[in-house]
Amino acid sequence: MSRVDTFHPFARALHWLMSILILTMLFVGAGMVTSVEAKHEWLLSIHRPLGITIFILALIRLGFRLTHKAPPLPADMPEWQRLAAHGSHWMLYGLMIAMPLIGWGMLSAGNFPVTLWSGFQLPPILPAGPALYAWLREAHRYLAWLFFLTFLAHMGAALMHGLIRRDGVLESMTGGSND
Amino acid sequence: MQEPKKRPPPANLAGRWALIGLVVVVVAGAFAYVGGWLTPARLTPKRIINALQASGGDHPGFRRNHAKGICVGGYFEASGALAKYSSSPLFAGGRTPVVGRLALPGGNPYAADSSVPIRSFALRFDLADGEQWRTGMNAMPVFPVSTPQAFYDLTVATSPDPATGKPNPDKAKAFFMSHPETGPFLGWIKTAKPAPSYVDETYQSINAFYLRDASGQRHAVRWKVVPETPATGDGGPAASDTDYLDADLTRRLAQGPVRWHLQMILAAPGDPVDDATKAWPDDRQTIDAGVVVIDSTQPQANGPCRDVNYDPTILPRGIEISGDPIIVARSAAYAVSYLRRTGEEGHLPGTAHPKEDQR
Ligand code: HEM
Ligand code: HEM
Repeated sequence: MSRVDTFHPFARALHWLMSILILTMLFVGAGMVTSVEAKHEWLLSIHRPLGITIFILALIRLGFRLTHKAPPLPADMPEWQRLAAHGSHWMLYGLMIAMPLIGWGMLSAGNFPVTLWSGFQLPPILPAGPALYAWLREAHRYLAWLFFLTFLAHMGAALMHGLIRRDGVLESMTGGSND
Repeated sequence: MQEPKKRPPPANLAGRWALIGLVVVVVAGAFAYVGGWLTPARLTPKRIINALQASGGDHPGFRRNHAKGICVGGYFEASGALAKYSSSPLFAGGRTPVVGRLALPGGNPYAADSSVPIRSFALRFDLADGEQWRTGMNAMPVFPVSTPQAFYDLTVATSPDPATGKPNPDKAKAFFMSHPETGPFLGWIKTAKPAPSYVDETYQSINAFYLRDASGQRHAVRWKVVPETPATGDGGPAASDTDYLDADLTRRLAQGPVRWHLQMILAAPGDPVDDATKAWPDDRQTIDAGVVVIDSTQPQANGPCRDVNYDPTILPRGIEISGDPIIVARSAAYAVSYLRRTGEEGHLPGTAHPKEDQR
């Protein structure tokens, strides 16, 4: 059996790096807003620069994805699974760009300094306003939950490809061989 | 298109599905744990705000604490004397605009001005380089408790009993008996009287912070703003007057700007930095960092302080938080209060509407 097509090594490196960063980010976010202890503060101070890092990496990744062909899905995959695969992939791209923008935008709308580290802050990207702040802050929470659920489905599907179907889809991202 | 692979079904199919399910459940469970869904007893910012709301009543659009207040505006003029201790350009000299708020503690925006013997002053300094310094100060020497948990327990113990509509004195007594750290606060409040004017009060940071100087050295401090002109003592307001503070402020501002000196108090070695219930001795070195000049006022319903969260962790470089656990808890709790009131302000679905005209 021939080796399956794999993603470009640069795409694979970005994929695994970003998966760690995003998962960390979701846990950091959920943990910090439910804590009143010292970790609330240091998690928040990690959250902002890490989120902006994810934003920059996501733009690079999306640019690379749009200019490089991805390996095709196996031909025998049912139509609904292909739709789910493509839909969830674009959803993940959308969220990794939208979430940081919403975070940055909500701090702008609340007229908070968008501090990445002591003495360095990003400029506001939206005008200040209470309604805008509240909408974006709620969106940041609900989209984070959607992000997490999409990630869970994505991870479950990847394992299904690797353990049940054994069709080379998981290996197209790990770079290993499925033989 | 890729060649379809003709693979036999793997051995132990059920075990493989179970493994996938297990991985998904473990990751979801970890997220639920971190997010507090599995530990309802955890003290979260939301529980603190719920307790404050139960104590002060439901007043959509208002702050969940210090609900009654008034916006003020002006500037800070640095003396330059603090530049040695903090690298912030704020203290180097020159003017920085401030947006402030004078207020009463408590969650009831219609409380009588005489109902509490404490007033508060919050300030946001807007530095030229885009940094901000936000501070909320109370006119009292110490805080009743040292930890967020004790603050929560205090709030619950002094809240109105749903059955009677009044706080239960036995609960409060039991709380204070089991919290000896409240001693200094209780000793002070016994003699404290509601001041007839916001202008004559000295407001204190109570929590300690660190200044960091240009060489990287840090200095533990507390600060206070002290009125420049001593109290006029022209008698208190009439007993029937419940809203005298705003009128007094307007009257005083009509005569000219009012000024406070921002005094930084340097800790001596051994002074408690992480315990807001313990005052420092009066003889500590104090540096006059400059004057806060207030020259305008506006009702909070439409003034610039309305949509400000005076989060004490928003600091410019050159000022840092200390290990005092109250500071971080304030930041976390103020964020929840801020989201609730801005959501109500913005009429988000599921929020109660503010009474627009009364704020
Ligand atoms: C991939 C990017 C991001 C992810 C996955 C993410 C995730 C989260 C999550 C899960 C929460 C908790 C929400 C809740 O339960 O209420 C949160 C809160 C928050 N996020 Fe993000 N975030 C991202 C980017 C950012 C960025 C770039 C910023 C700012 C520059 C930011 C600022 C904040 C702030 C300030 C809060 C808490 C606010 C509060 O205490 O009210 N986030 N985020
Ligand atoms: C764990 C302890 C504390 C909790 C949970 C707490 C809670 C709150 C909340 C929820 C608000 C309303 C925030 C908003 O919606 O913008 C508030 C306002 C305020 N707090 Fe605290 N607080 C605590 C300790 C302190 C201490 C130690 C001080 C004094 C030094 C203080 C001074 C103030 C002031 C001055 C305001 C009014 C700010 C304004 O005018 O907008 N608080 N507090």
